[in-house]
Amino acid sequence: MDIQKAIIMNEKDNVATLLADVGKNNAVQVMVGGRLMEVRMQGKIQFGHKFAIRKINKGENVIKYGEAIGQATQDIEEGQHVHVHNVESLRAQGDLL
Amino acid sequence: MKISGYLRPDGSMGFRNHVAILTSVGCANDLALKLGRMYPNILLLTHRQGCSQLGADNDQTFRTLAGLGKNPNIAGVLVVGLGCETIPAEHLANEISKTKKMVEYLNFLDDEGLMAAIPKGARILEGMLHEASQMTRVPCGIEQLTLGLKCGLSDTTSGITSNPATGVAADMVIESGARVIFSETPELIGAERIVGERAASREVEEKLYRMVKEFKERAKASDMDLQEANVAPGNIAGGITTIEEKSLGSIMKGGSKTLQGVLDYGEIPKGKGLFFMDGPGRTPEAVTGLNAAGAQIIIFPTGGGSPGGSLISPVIKVTGNPQTAQRLRDHIDVDVSSVIRGEEPLEKAGERIFQRLLKVANGELTKSETLGYGSIAVWNIGLLCG
Repeated sequence: MDIQKAIIMNEKDNVATLLADVGKNNAVQVMVGGRLMEVRMQGKIQFGHKFAIRKINKGENVIKYGEAIGQATQDIEEGQHVHVHNVESLRAQGDLL
Repeated sequence: MKISGYLRPDGSMGFRNHVAILTSVGCANDLALKLGRMYPNILLLTHRQGCSQLGADNDQTFRTLAGLGKNPNIAGVLVVGLGCETIPAEHLANEISKTKKMVEYLNFLDDEGLMAAIPKGARILEGMLHEASQMTRVPCGIEQLTLGLKCGLSDTTSGITSNPATGVAADMVIESGARVIFSETPELIGAERIVGERAASREVEEKLYRMVKEFKERAKASDMDLQEANVAPGNIAGGITTIEEKSLGSIMKGGSKTLQGVLDYGEIPKGKGLFFMDGPGRTPEAVTGLNAAGAQIIIFPTGGGSPGGSLISPVIKVTGNPQTAQRLRDHIDVDVSSVIRGEEPLEKAGERIFQRLLKVANGELTKSETLGYGSIAVWNIGLLCG
Protein backbone atom coordinates (compact mmCIF):
# COMPACT_ATOMS: atom_id res chain seq x y z
CA MET A 1 0.00 0.00 0.00
CA ASP A 2 1.20 3.45 -0.88
CA ILE A 3 1.45 6.00 1.85
CA GLN A 4 0.14 9.36 0.60
CA LYS A 5 0.02 12.73 2.27
CA ALA A 6 -2.95 14.94 3.04
CA ILE A 7 -3.34 18.20 4.94
CA ILE A 8 -5.73 19.83 7.34
CA MET A 9 -6.07 23.63 7.57
CA ASN A 10 -6.98 23.90 11.24
CA GLU A 11 -6.77 21.57 14.22
CA LYS A 12 -10.57 21.71 14.66
CA ASP A 13 -11.09 20.20 11.19
CA ASN A 14 -12.77 16.82 10.78
CA VAL A 15 -11.80 16.56 7.10
CA ALA A 16 -8.42 16.55 5.37
CA THR A 17 -7.54 17.42 1.78
CA LEU A 18 -5.67 14.93 -0.40
CA LEU A 19 -2.43 15.98 -2.12
CA ALA A 20 -2.59 13.13 -4.66
CA ASP A 21 -5.10 10.70 -6.14
CA VAL A 22 -5.46 7.63 -3.90
CA GLY A 23 -7.00 4.20 -4.38
CA LYS A 24 -9.29 2.24 -2.10
CA ASN A 25 -7.64 0.82 1.04
CA ASN A 26 -4.60 3.05 0.64
CA ALA A 27 -3.26 4.39 3.92
CA VAL A 28 -2.92 8.17 4.01
CA GLN A 29 -0.89 10.05 6.55
CA VAL A 30 -1.98 13.45 7.81
CA MET A 31 -0.46 15.72 10.43
CA VAL A 32 -3.02 16.63 13.10
CA GLY A 33 -1.87 18.80 15.97
CA GLY A 34 1.77 17.86 15.52
CA ARG A 35 0.91 14.17 15.48
CA LEU A 36 0.96 12.03 12.34
CA MET A 37 -2.24 10.01 12.02
CA GLU A 38 -2.99 7.36 9.43
CA VAL A 39 -6.36 6.99 7.74
CA ARG A 40 -7.34 4.12 5.46
CA MET A 41 -9.27 5.29 2.39
CA GLN A 42 -12.74 3.75 1.99
CA GLY A 43 -12.78 4.36 -1.76
CA LYS A 44 -10.88 5.87 -4.67
CA ILE A 45 -10.57 9.61 -4.02
CA GLN A 46 -9.05 12.33 -6.23
CA PHE A 47 -6.35 14.88 -5.54
CA GLY A 48 -7.84 17.99 -3.94
CA HIS A 49 -10.88 16.21 -2.55
CA LYS A 50 -11.66 15.72 1.13
CA PHE A 51 -12.03 12.69 3.37
CA ALA A 52 -13.21 12.31 6.96
CA ILE A 53 -10.39 11.99 9.50
CA ARG A 54 -12.91 10.75 12.07
CA LYS A 55 -16.52 9.59 11.96
CA ILE A 56 -18.96 12.43 11.18
CA ASN A 57 -22.55 11.70 12.19
CA LYS A 58 -25.56 12.64 10.09
CA GLY A 59 -26.50 16.25 10.97
CA GLU A 60 -23.04 17.06 12.33
CA ASN A 61 -21.05 19.97 10.91
CA VAL A 62 -18.24 19.29 8.47
CA ILE A 63 -15.29 21.44 9.62
CA LYS A 64 -12.51 22.91 7.43
CA TYR A 65 -10.46 26.08 8.18
CA GLY A 66 -11.86 25.56 11.70
CA GLU A 67 -15.30 26.62 10.40
CA ALA A 68 -18.46 24.77 9.38
CA ILE A 69 -18.47 24.29 5.62
CA GLY A 70 -21.76 22.35 5.70
CA GLN A 71 -23.67 19.57 7.37
CA ALA A 72 -23.43 15.82 6.86
CA THR A 73 -26.58 14.44 5.22
CA GLN A 74 -25.65 10.89 6.26
CA ASP A 75 -23.19 9.21 8.58
CA ILE A 76 -19.68 9.52 7.17
CA GLU A 77 -17.08 6.99 8.28
CA GLU A 78 -13.40 7.73 8.81
CA GLY A 79 -11.64 7.55 5.42
CA GLN A 80 -14.77 8.16 3.36
CA HIS A 81 -14.97 10.76 0.61
CA VAL A 82 -16.68 13.95 1.88
CA HIS A 83 -18.31 15.90 -0.93
CA VAL A 84 -21.61 16.99 -2.51
CA HIS A 85 -23.13 13.49 -2.15
CA ASN A 86 -23.01 13.55 1.66
CA VAL A 87 -22.74 17.26 2.62
CA GLU A 88 -25.17 20.14 2.20
CA SER A 89 -24.62 23.84 2.58
CA LEU A 90 -25.91 25.51 5.76
CA ARG A 91 -25.87 28.97 4.24
CA ALA A 92 -27.17 28.93 0.69
CA GLN A 93 -30.65 27.79 1.72
CA GLY A 94 -31.65 30.55 4.08
CA ASP A 95 -30.93 34.11 5.05
CA LEU A 96 -29.23 34.64 8.39
CA LEU A 97 -29.81 38.37 8.34
CA MET B 1 10.48 50.56 -0.45
CA LYS B 2 11.06 52.28 -3.81
CA ILE B 3 9.47 51.38 -7.09
CA SER B 4 8.98 53.47 -10.20
CA GLY B 5 6.01 54.74 -12.14
CA TYR B 6 4.52 57.50 -14.26
CA LEU B 7 3.53 60.52 -12.19
CA ARG B 8 0.06 61.80 -13.16
CA PRO B 9 -1.06 65.43 -12.79
CA ASP B 10 -3.28 64.55 -9.79
CA GLY B 11 -0.32 63.02 -7.93
CA SER B 12 -1.32 59.41 -8.56
CA MET B 13 1.16 56.96 -10.03
CA GLY B 14 0.69 54.79 -13.09
CA PHE B 15 2.68 51.56 -13.39
CA ARG B 16 1.81 51.37 -17.08
CA ASN B 17 1.49 54.22 -19.57
CA HIS B 18 -1.45 53.58 -21.86
CA VAL B 19 -3.45 55.73 -24.25
CA ALA B 20 -7.04 54.52 -24.45
CA ILE B 21 -10.28 54.85 -26.37
CA LEU B 22 -13.26 54.50 -24.04
CA THR B 23 -16.73 54.11 -25.50
CA SER B 24 -19.58 55.76 -23.60
CA VAL B 25 -22.02 53.30 -25.17
CA GLY B 26 -21.85 49.93 -26.91
CA CYS B 27 -23.09 51.48 -30.17
CA ALA B 28 -19.77 53.34 -30.47
CA ASN B 29 -17.64 50.17 -30.21
CA ASP B 30 -17.19 49.85 -33.96
CA LEU B 31 -15.69 53.32 -34.19
CA ALA B 32 -13.24 52.36 -31.43
CA LEU B 33 -12.33 49.16 -33.27
CA LYS B 34 -11.67 51.03 -36.51
CA LEU B 35 -9.42 53.54 -34.75
CA GLY B 36 -7.75 50.65 -32.95
CA ARG B 37 -6.70 49.13 -36.28
CA MET B 38 -4.94 52.36 -37.07
CA TYR B 39 -3.12 52.45 -33.72
CA PRO B 40 -2.51 48.89 -32.49
CA ASN B 41 -0.85 50.12 -29.27
CA ILE B 42 -3.86 51.90 -27.84
CA LEU B 43 -6.21 50.25 -25.36
CA LEU B 44 -9.71 49.59 -26.67
CA LEU B 45 -12.02 50.00 -23.68
CA THR B 46 -15.24 48.77 -25.28
CA HIS B 47 -18.30 47.28 -23.54
CA ARG B 48 -22.04 46.81 -24.07
CA GLN B 49 -23.51 49.28 -21.55
CA GLY B 50 -24.18 53.02 -21.56
CA CYS B 51 -27.71 53.28 -22.90
CA SER B 52 -31.30 52.48 -21.90
CA GLN B 53 -30.23 52.10 -18.28
CA LEU B 54 -31.97 53.66 -15.28
CA GLY B 55 -31.24 54.76 -11.72
CA ALA B 56 -28.62 52.85 -9.77
CA ASP B 57 -27.72 50.75 -12.81
CA ASN B 58 -27.01 53.83 -14.91
CA ASP B 59 -25.08 55.46 -12.04
CA GLN B 60 -22.98 52.34 -11.63
CA THR B 61 -22.14 52.24 -15.32
CA PHE B 62 -21.15 55.91 -15.27
CA ARG B 63 -19.03 55.49 -12.13
CA THR B 64 -17.30 52.44 -13.60
CA LEU B 65 -16.54 53.95 -17.01
CA ALA B 66 -15.29 57.17 -15.40
CA GLY B 67 -13.15 55.11 -13.01
CA LEU B 68 -11.59 53.20 -15.91
CA GLY B 69 -10.64 56.49 -17.57
CA LYS B 70 -9.25 57.81 -14.29
CA ASN B 71 -7.10 54.72 -13.64
CA PRO B 72 -3.52 55.98 -13.18
CA ASN B 73 -2.17 53.41 -15.68
CA ILE B 74 -3.86 55.48 -18.40
CA ALA B 75 -2.00 58.57 -19.59
CA GLY B 76 -4.68 59.85 -21.92
CA VAL B 77 -8.15 58.86 -23.04
CA LEU B 78 -10.45 59.62 -25.95
CA VAL B 79 -14.11 59.04 -25.03
CA VAL B 80 -16.27 58.21 -28.05
CA GLY B 81 -20.06 58.18 -28.16
CA LEU B 82 -22.92 58.68 -30.56
CA GLY B 83 -24.54 61.66 -28.86
CA CYS B 84 -27.92 60.04 -28.13
CA GLU B 85 -26.99 57.65 -25.27
CA THR B 86 -27.94 57.88 -21.56
CA ILE B 87 -24.27 58.24 -20.61
CA PRO B 88 -23.04 61.16 -22.74
CA ALA B 89 -19.39 61.04 -23.76
CA GLU B 90 -19.04 64.68 -22.73
CA HIS B 91 -20.13 63.92 -19.13
CA LEU B 92 -17.71 61.03 -18.89
CA ALA B 93 -14.86 63.15 -20.28
CA ASN B 94 -15.68 65.92 -17.78
CA GLU B 95 -15.58 63.49 -14.87
CA ILE B 96 -12.29 61.93 -16.03
CA SER B 97 -10.76 65.37 -16.56
CA LYS B 98 -10.87 65.96 -12.77
CA THR B 99 -7.60 63.97 -12.79
CA LYS B 100 -6.16 66.64 -15.16
CA LYS B 101 -4.86 63.93 -17.50
CA MET B 102 -5.29 64.19 -21.29
CA VAL B 103 -9.00 63.69 -22.06
CA GLU B 104 -10.98 64.42 -25.20
CA TYR B 105 -14.38 63.27 -26.42
CA LEU B 106 -16.28 63.08 -29.68
CA ASN B 107 -19.86 62.24 -30.61
CA PHE B 108 -19.93 60.83 -34.06
CA LEU B 109 -23.51 61.87 -34.79
CA ASP B 110 -22.51 65.52 -34.25
CA ASP B 111 -20.72 65.97 -37.58
CA GLU B 112 -21.03 63.80 -40.68
CA GLY B 113 -21.12 60.45 -38.89
CA LEU B 114 -18.47 57.80 -39.01
CA MET B 115 -16.56 59.27 -41.98
CA ALA B 116 -15.95 62.48 -40.06
CA ALA B 117 -15.36 60.82 -36.71
CA ILE B 118 -12.52 58.57 -37.91
CA PRO B 119 -10.07 61.31 -38.97
CA LYS B 120 -11.07 63.47 -36.01
CA GLY B 121 -10.44 60.62 -33.55
CA ALA B 122 -7.26 59.59 -35.31
CA ARG B 123 -5.80 63.07 -34.96
CA ILE B 124 -6.63 63.27 -31.24
CA LEU B 125 -5.08 59.86 -30.58
CA GLU B 126 -1.94 60.66 -32.53
CA GLY B 127 -1.42 63.68 -30.30
CA MET B 128 -1.96 61.68 -27.12
CA LEU B 129 0.35 58.86 -28.22
CA HIS B 130 3.09 61.35 -28.97
CA GLU B 131 2.61 63.09 -25.64
CA ALA B 132 2.58 59.78 -23.70
CA SER B 133 5.75 58.63 -25.46
CA GLN B 134 7.66 61.45 -23.78
CA MET B 135 6.65 60.45 -20.26
CA THR B 136 9.30 58.59 -18.25
CA ARG B 137 9.30 56.59 -15.03
CA VAL B 138 10.23 58.27 -11.79
CA PRO B 139 10.90 56.65 -8.40
CA CYS B 140 7.97 56.42 -6.03
CA GLY B 141 6.96 54.62 -2.86
CA ILE B 142 4.88 51.47 -2.80
CA GLU B 143 2.22 53.41 -0.86
CA GLN B 144 1.14 54.76 -4.27
CA LEU B 145 -0.11 51.30 -5.18
CA THR B 146 -3.73 50.19 -5.15
CA LEU B 147 -3.61 46.42 -5.41
CA GLY B 148 -6.70 44.56 -6.61
CA LEU B 149 -7.34 40.93 -5.66
CA LYS B 150 -9.47 38.52 -7.60
CA CYS B 151 -9.54 34.73 -7.64
CA GLY B 152 -10.94 32.54 -10.35
CA LEU B 153 -11.29 28.96 -11.51
CA SER B 154 -10.85 27.96 -7.90
CA ASP B 155 -10.20 24.42 -6.77
CA THR B 156 -9.25 23.01 -3.41
CA THR B 157 -5.63 24.10 -3.90
CA SER B 158 -6.84 27.74 -4.12
CA GLY B 159 -8.08 27.75 -0.55
CA ILE B 160 -5.03 25.99 0.87
CA THR B 161 -2.18 27.49 -1.18
CA SER B 162 -2.63 30.32 -3.74
CA ASN B 163 -5.27 32.29 -1.80
CA PRO B 164 -3.55 32.21 1.61
CA ALA B 165 -0.15 32.92 -0.04
CA THR B 166 -1.74 35.91 -1.81
CA GLY B 167 -3.11 36.92 1.59
CA VAL B 168 0.45 37.01 2.94
CA ALA B 169 1.48 39.31 0.05
CA ALA B 170 -1.64 41.49 0.62
CA ASP B 171 -0.67 41.90 4.28
CA MET B 172 2.85 42.95 3.21
CA VAL B 173 1.41 45.54 0.78
CA ILE B 174 -0.73 47.03 3.54
CA GLU B 175 2.20 47.03 5.98
CA SER B 176 4.09 49.06 3.34
CA GLY B 177 1.41 51.76 3.57
CA ALA B 178 -0.54 50.95 0.39
CA ARG B 179 -4.11 49.97 -0.35
CA VAL B 180 -5.65 46.60 -1.17
CA ILE B 181 -9.14 45.95 -2.58
CA PHE B 182 -10.73 42.52 -2.69
CA SER B 183 -14.16 41.79 -4.07
CA GLU B 184 -16.62 39.12 -5.21
CA THR B 185 -19.67 39.54 -2.97
CA PRO B 186 -21.20 36.11 -3.71
CA GLU B 187 -18.06 34.50 -2.36
CA LEU B 188 -18.58 36.21 1.00
CA ILE B 189 -21.81 34.30 1.53
CA GLY B 190 -21.21 31.97 4.41
CA ALA B 191 -18.05 33.78 5.47
CA GLU B 192 -19.34 37.37 5.78
CA ARG B 193 -19.14 37.38 9.59
CA ILE B 194 -15.51 36.30 9.56
CA VAL B 195 -14.67 39.34 7.40
CA GLY B 196 -17.17 41.54 9.26
CA GLU B 197 -15.46 40.87 12.59
CA ARG B 198 -12.33 42.49 11.15
CA ALA B 199 -14.13 45.76 10.24
CA ALA B 200 -12.67 49.03 11.54
CA SER B 201 -16.12 50.19 12.69
CA ARG B 202 -19.64 48.95 13.27
CA GLU B 203 -20.72 51.06 10.29
CA VAL B 204 -18.29 49.28 7.95
CA GLU B 205 -19.37 45.90 9.33
CA GLU B 206 -23.08 46.65 8.79
CA LYS B 207 -22.45 47.91 5.25
CA LEU B 208 -20.73 44.62 4.47
CA TYR B 209 -23.69 42.55 5.73
CA ARG B 210 -26.14 44.81 3.88
CA MET B 211 -24.19 44.32 0.68
CA VAL B 212 -24.29 40.53 0.98
CA LYS B 213 -28.00 40.64 1.84
CA GLU B 214 -28.79 42.80 -1.20
CA PHE B 215 -26.82 40.45 -3.43
CA LYS B 216 -28.84 37.50 -2.13
CA GLU B 217 -32.12 39.42 -2.55
CA ARG B 218 -31.31 40.19 -6.17
CA ALA B 219 -30.65 36.49 -6.70
CA LYS B 220 -33.94 35.52 -5.04
CA ALA B 221 -35.85 38.07 -7.12
CA SER B 222 -34.54 36.26 -10.20
CA ASP B 223 -35.47 32.83 -8.79
CA MET B 224 -31.79 31.94 -8.69
CA ASP B 225 -30.38 29.28 -6.37
CA LEU B 226 -27.17 30.82 -5.10
CA GLN B 227 -25.76 27.47 -4.08
CA GLU B 228 -25.93 26.12 -7.60
CA ALA B 229 -24.86 29.39 -9.16
CA ASN B 230 -21.74 29.78 -7.10
CA VAL B 231 -20.26 26.34 -6.77
CA ALA B 232 -19.64 25.80 -10.46
CA PRO B 233 -19.22 22.31 -11.94
CA GLY B 234 -15.49 23.01 -12.29
CA ASN B 235 -15.28 23.84 -8.58
CA ILE B 236 -17.05 20.63 -7.62
CA ALA B 237 -14.80 18.58 -9.89
CA GLY B 238 -11.84 20.18 -8.12
CA GLY B 239 -13.14 19.12 -4.72
CA ILE B 240 -15.01 22.19 -3.41
CA THR B 241 -18.25 21.02 -1.81
CA THR B 242 -20.26 24.03 -0.59
CA ILE B 243 -20.39 27.79 -0.97
CA GLU B 244 -19.11 28.14 2.62
CA GLU B 245 -15.99 26.18 1.73
CA LYS B 246 -15.47 28.19 -1.43
CA SER B 247 -16.09 31.45 0.47
CA LEU B 248 -13.66 30.61 3.25
CA GLY B 249 -11.05 29.66 0.69
CA SER B 250 -11.70 32.83 -1.29
CA ILE B 251 -11.45 35.31 1.59
CA MET B 252 -8.03 33.94 2.54
CA LYS B 253 -6.64 36.02 -0.36
CA GLY B 254 -7.58 39.25 1.44
CA GLY B 255 -5.07 38.54 4.19
CA SER B 256 -5.62 39.31 7.83
CA LYS B 257 -5.70 43.11 8.16
CA THR B 258 -8.46 45.37 9.49
CA LEU B 259 -11.21 46.09 6.96
CA GLN B 260 -11.12 49.88 6.54
CA GLY B 261 -14.07 50.30 4.24
CA VAL B 262 -16.68 48.76 1.97
CA LEU B 263 -17.01 50.13 -1.55
CA ASP B 264 -19.67 50.13 -4.19
CA TYR B 265 -18.67 48.47 -7.46
CA GLY B 266 -16.10 50.67 -9.21
CA GLU B 267 -15.94 53.18 -6.33
CA ILE B 268 -12.54 54.77 -5.76
CA PRO B 269 -11.59 54.39 -2.06
CA LYS B 270 -10.24 57.10 0.21
CA GLY B 271 -7.47 56.21 2.63
CA LYS B 272 -5.13 53.25 2.82
CA GLY B 273 -5.42 49.68 4.03
CA LEU B 274 -7.85 46.90 3.19
CA PHE B 275 -11.16 47.49 1.39
CA PHE B 276 -13.92 45.19 0.19
CA MET B 277 -15.70 46.12 -3.06
CA ASP B 278 -19.20 44.94 -4.02
CA GLY B 279 -19.18 42.97 -7.23
CA PRO B 280 -19.76 39.67 -8.97
CA GLY B 281 -17.24 36.86 -9.24
CA ARG B 282 -17.27 36.61 -13.02
CA THR B 283 -13.78 37.56 -14.15
CA PRO B 284 -14.29 40.36 -16.73
CA GLU B 285 -16.76 42.24 -14.47
CA ALA B 286 -14.64 41.67 -11.36
CA VAL B 287 -11.42 42.86 -12.98
CA THR B 288 -13.17 45.85 -14.59
CA GLY B 289 -14.58 46.90 -11.20
CA LEU B 290 -11.15 46.70 -9.55
CA ASN B 291 -9.57 48.77 -12.33
CA ALA B 292 -12.39 51.32 -12.07
CA ALA B 293 -11.72 51.57 -8.32
CA GLY B 294 -8.14 52.50 -9.19
CA ALA B 295 -6.22 49.20 -9.00
CA GLN B 296 -3.02 49.58 -11.04
CA ILE B 297 -2.03 45.93 -10.47
CA ILE B 298 -4.12 42.83 -9.75
CA ILE B 299 -3.05 39.56 -8.12
CA PHE B 300 -5.18 36.65 -9.29
CA PRO B 301 -4.84 33.30 -7.52
CA THR B 302 -6.28 30.45 -9.59
CA GLY B 303 -6.54 26.71 -9.11
CA GLY B 304 -7.41 25.70 -12.64
CA GLY B 305 -5.29 28.31 -14.47
CA SER B 306 -7.81 30.95 -15.59
CA PRO B 307 -6.40 32.96 -18.51
CA GLY B 308 -8.36 36.04 -17.36
CA GLY B 309 -6.48 39.31 -17.54
CA SER B 310 -7.07 43.02 -17.73
CA LEU B 311 -6.47 45.52 -20.50
CA ILE B 312 -5.61 48.29 -18.06
CA SER B 313 -3.40 46.61 -15.50
CA PRO B 314 -0.95 43.78 -15.14
CA VAL B 315 -2.56 40.68 -13.61
CA ILE B 316 -0.22 38.41 -11.65
CA LYS B 317 -1.53 34.87 -11.88
CA VAL B 318 -0.69 32.60 -8.92
CA THR B 319 -1.42 28.88 -8.70
CA GLY B 320 -0.85 26.29 -6.00
CA ASN B 321 -1.98 23.39 -8.16
CA PRO B 322 1.14 21.53 -9.41
CA GLN B 323 -0.68 20.12 -12.43
CA THR B 324 -1.87 23.60 -13.48
CA ALA B 325 1.56 25.09 -12.83
CA GLN B 326 3.04 22.60 -15.27
CA ARG B 327 0.37 22.22 -17.93
CA LEU B 328 -0.78 25.88 -18.04
CA ARG B 329 2.63 27.41 -17.32
CA ASP B 330 2.01 30.05 -20.02
CA HIS B 331 -0.86 31.44 -17.93
CA ILE B 332 0.93 31.36 -14.57
CA ASP B 333 3.28 34.02 -13.19
CA VAL B 334 3.99 32.61 -9.74
CA ASP B 335 3.95 28.90 -8.94
CA VAL B 336 3.31 28.23 -5.24
CA SER B 337 2.62 24.51 -5.60
CA SER B 338 5.75 24.04 -3.49
CA VAL B 339 3.48 24.67 -0.49
CA ILE B 340 1.45 21.49 -0.86
CA ARG B 341 4.58 19.49 -1.61
CA GLY B 342 5.77 20.61 1.80
CA GLU B 343 8.82 22.35 0.27
CA GLU B 344 7.97 25.94 1.18
CA PRO B 345 5.91 27.54 3.96
CA LEU B 346 3.05 29.86 2.96
CA GLU B 347 4.94 32.89 4.30
CA LYS B 348 7.85 32.28 1.90
CA ALA B 349 5.49 31.78 -1.02
CA GLY B 350 3.72 35.04 -0.11
CA GLU B 351 7.07 36.82 -0.01
CA ARG B 352 7.83 35.57 -3.55
CA ILE B 353 4.48 36.94 -4.77
CA PHE B 354 5.30 40.29 -3.16
CA GLN B 355 8.75 40.40 -4.81
CA ARG B 356 7.16 39.67 -8.20
CA LEU B 357 4.65 42.45 -7.57
CA LEU B 358 7.51 44.95 -7.15
CA LYS B 359 9.10 43.80 -10.43
CA VAL B 360 5.79 44.03 -12.26
CA ALA B 361 5.23 47.53 -10.88
CA ASN B 362 8.62 48.45 -12.35
CA GLY B 363 7.57 47.24 -15.80
CA GLU B 364 8.11 43.49 -15.98
CA LEU B 365 5.27 42.08 -18.12
CA THR B 366 2.89 39.47 -16.72
CA LYS B 367 1.75 36.47 -18.76
CA SER B 368 -1.68 37.98 -19.47
CA GLU B 369 0.02 41.16 -20.70
CA THR B 370 2.36 39.37 -23.09
CA LEU B 371 -0.55 37.21 -24.29
CA GLY B 372 -2.74 40.31 -24.69
CA TYR B 373 -5.56 38.68 -22.76
CA GLY B 374 -8.24 40.82 -21.13
CA SER B 375 -11.58 42.48 -21.70
CA ILE B 376 -13.90 45.09 -20.22
CA ALA B 377 -17.33 44.21 -18.84
CA VAL B 378 -19.37 46.55 -16.66
CA TRP B 379 -21.54 44.86 -14.01
CA ASN B 380 -25.11 45.46 -15.09
CA ILE B 381 -27.59 45.43 -12.14
CA GLY B 382 -30.84 46.56 -13.78
CA LEU B 383 -33.20 45.75 -16.59
CA LEU B 384 -32.91 47.64 -19.85
CA CYS B 385 -35.60 50.30 -20.01
CA GLY B 386 -35.72 50.74 -23.75
